[in-house]
Amino acid sequence: MEMAIIKAASAIGAGLAMIAGIGPGIGQGYAAGKAAEAVGRQPEAKGEITSTMLFGCAVAESTGIYGLVVAMILLFANPFI
Amino acid sequence: MSIKGPEILFEINILGGIPITETIVGGWIVVAALTLIAFILGRNLSVRNPSKRQLAAEKLVAMLYGLVGDTMGKHNLRFAPLIGTLFSYSILSSLSGLTGMRAPTGDLNTTLAFALMIFFLIQFGNIKNKGVGGWLKGFTEPVALITPLNLISEIANPISMAFRHFGNIASGIVITTLIYAALATCSNALLGWIPILGDIPLLQVGLPALLSIYFDVFTSFLQAYIISMLAMVYVGGANEPSEA
Repeated sequence: MEMAIIKAASAIGAGLAMIAGIGPGIGQGYAAGKAAEAVGRQPEAKGEITSTMLFGCAVAESTGIYGLVVAMILLFANPFI
Repeated sequence: MSIKGPEILFEINILGGIPITETIVGGWIVVAALTLIAFILGRNLSVRNPSKRQLAAEKLVAMLYGLVGDTMGKHNLRFAPLIGTLFSYSILSSLSGLTGMRAPTGDLNTTLAFALMIFFLIQFGNIKNKGVGGWLKGFTEPVALITPLNLISEIANPISMAFRHFGNIASGIVITTLIYAALATCSNALLGWIPILGDIPLLQVGLPALLSIYFDVFTSFLQAYIISMLAMVYVGGANEPSEA
């Protein structure tokens, strides 16, 4: 019985941890929008802008990745079981 | 369906047993492949009439040195081989997931090794340029009150780098496994009533390849680029020209 509760709570917790995905989603969308604006204003700098945007997006992604790691620990390497 | 970490293949019986996992064997394969590529590209070089192979190798090396020179400054060109090694090992490890191996970078141990290497390079660069006293004093700036925060942000740096690379590749592995399982269930439900055809999961053909272009190929390139770029920025920041 206790085990079942722990497992269910871990699954719910993993789902809740992935709410962290909202933040990077908004941030990356904002960065991509700004990059699109910049390309519209200065199409000849497209390569530079794209690589800068990808770099910034990947760094902004970290918080989402932390959420993912917590979810994966809860699902596959649960310390409570 | 099974989503697992890398399996232990065998153990070496020294120092109380060193487990050899899929990650380590995959790493050996990647290192062997890189050595082979370097050997093939570096053979029969000539100044007079260079072959196409030699021109490709020269182009790659020139691109690497150009990127390192632009990002870290010309005085830091000695780091170019390190960055090139990091990039090529990372990208070939991630792409090896396409062959059905478990990608070595889908294991936190590999990416943590990358991150710790970069972390120690940053600290050694700081100690070398500022001296031990200056390095320690750097943590108390701008005011002594925020020393704990500086220490935490310094330690968080390699952790975030390791988790970023690991999380991207590992999430690709998890999602690919889930999609394969879902497609097998779908095709069993749709086509399971046909005598012989029903046993073959037909829906698994094609669709995973499209997703794999994003989850394996694009992410591999992006993460290899990101980790070498971050290494260049951080290590370059720790090794500013001293005369300034």
